[in-house]
Amino acid sequence: MTRIGWLRLPLTLTYVFLYVPVVVLVIMSFNASKSPFSWGGVSTHWYAVLAGDQNVLKGLGNTLVVAAGATVLSVALGTLIAVGLQRHSNSSFLDSFALAPAIVPDIVLGIGLLVFFSLISVTLGLHSVLLAHVVFGMAFVAAVVRARLSQTDPSLEEASRDLGAGQVATFFRITVPSIMPAIIAGALLVFTLSLDEFVIAFFTDGPSTPTLPIVIYSMVRFGVTPEINALASLLMLVSFTAVLAAQRLTRLTDSV
Amino acid sequence: MTTQGDVLVSIQRIARRFGDVVALDDVSIDIRDNEFFALLGPSGCGKTTLLRVLAGFEEPDAGQVLLGDTDLLALPPHRRPVNLMFQSYALFPHMSVERNVAYGLEREGTAKAEVRTRVGEVLETVGLSELAKRRPSQLSGGQRQRVALARAIVKRPRLLLLDEPLSALDRKVRAEMQLELKRLQHDVGITFVVVTHDQEEAMSMADRIAVMHEGTVQQVDSPVDLYQRPSNLFVAQFIGTSNLFAGDAVTGGIRFAGRTLPGVVVGEPISGASRLLVRPEDTVLVEPRDALLSGRVIETQFFGGVSTVAITVAGHDVPVLLTRQGAPSAVRDAEVHLSWDPAKAVVLSA
Repeated sequence: MTRIGWLRLPLTLTYVFLYVPVVVLVIMSFNASKSPFSWGGVSTHWYAVLAGDQNVLKGLGNTLVVAAGATVLSVALGTLIAVGLQRHSNSSFLDSFALAPAIVPDIVLGIGLLVFFSLISVTLGLHSVLLAHVVFGMAFVAAVVRARLSQTDPSLEEASRDLGAGQVATFFRITVPSIMPAIIAGALLVFTLSLDEFVIAFFTDGPSTPTLPIVIYSMVRFGVTPEINALASLLMLVSFTAVLAAQRLTRLTDSV
Repeated sequence: MTTQGDVLVSIQRIARRFGDVVALDDVSIDIRDNEFFALLGPSGCGKTTLLRVLAGFEEPDAGQVLLGDTDLLALPPHRRPVNLMFQSYALFPHMSVERNVAYGLEREGTAKAEVRTRVGEVLETVGLSELAKRRPSQLSGGQRQRVALARAIVKRPRLLLLDEPLSALDRKVRAEMQLELKRLQHDVGITFVVVTHDQEEAMSMADRIAVMHEGTVQQVDSPVDLYQRPSNLFVAQFIGTSNLFAGDAVTGGIRFAGRTLPGVVVGEPISGASRLLVRPEDTVLVEPRDALLSGRVIETQFFGGVSTVAITVAGHDVPVLLTRQGAPSAVRDAEVHLSWDPAKAVVLSA
């Protein structure tokens, strides 16, 4: 341990670099001053302003609709993809294509989806953002669920069939319960990703239904106000909670 | 009570290949009602594939399986009156012991009250009533094995398949469970088919054994007949320890190093290159005038109940082994003379 003691320095610096901005942001959200750059005492004023801002509330509502819808669809489709790939296929082609949307740059996905939607004459709005988020969401769910499936004994499913359960009963009574922690972890992952997703939403959203990240972007264009800091702090709280919960659940899975 | 008789399962000309690998090649076996049957062979001999064909998880390329009058292969796994005890036990980790055991009955739509009685009964049979509420992760290996067994027999299948049932247990528990399985098979009166690579396990439990090698059935017989009357060289070498002398077949034995070693031919007459099988316990030390072979003792071993003597014989490249009750009957480097009862030696085609 002592021999690599000096390596603690770059480690500490890295963490400082990562988290100082976040800490500053949270502290500044409690700033009483109107200027984002000077400290004017502790206050929850900006949280009150935020609560009364109709644009922000509308954006938040839109985002929650998209995130919830994308999560439900992604979980259903992603789980089916994972089961299909793990149990009924050994094609590496299908494999890499199922996971590609999680890796393809957002900008590519955003432009591609926009072109695709206009090609098939779909009007843009929350539904198109939702579908766009499902595209990468189900890839993430598929990856997480598959990792879990690869650790479960396939003879559990055979045992269920052997004992008289059909394929559907086996899926719901044996397969789903044994991958449930991964399904929940995948759902939380998709929810948090969708919550603050900007690039794809920017391309595929309609003008009358901005999601929260788009609302924030338009606010920031006229300068960063402490209101933004308050909003960002709240979003961070939600994301952190979800990610921590997801990690906990994955760890629980591993220990079983 | 076991009353063995009519054929329950008739496996007819089953073939299965995976790419270039032939897992089953024209396999035909009849399994009788109420029988404890073992499929024995080294790994990769096709025994597990055959078991999975019976359970419905593997479709053969050709052949037929009849259970009574029903065509078993036409039924999906969940409609076959056959249950399988998996090598890994495959207990459902998110269910208690009793829920695991009840699973099969509930899928059949058995009435709740009956499910409860039958689960209670079968848990008592395997001695697990106390642990009904536990999760599989809270059980020992032997207990898990009993749960798996209870879950497989609670539906009262016509045929119970067991895939290497004892391989996950340590040595001591394994010996106990061998007796336990045999007792249980008597009590519940279900036909058991066990897959194993362990010849002692098969010999000690089974009424009849099919020895398999490279996808083909070598011999189907009772343990005693397999041991005393192997039908080919593979079976002779796979089952037990054997002394095998190489030579050309002649009437009443084989020619070996200028003399005739006596033995019997089982089944078809044999000519040309052959082997003579003599079991170590049938080999005895005799006076020089009665000797069939002579040699020098190179090693003796005493195991308490029995002892082994290893003897080099001119013209035979591995030592001839002799076992007898009690202490060794010869000392190292002694000149000894061997003989055997010709009726107990078997001539096999090489």
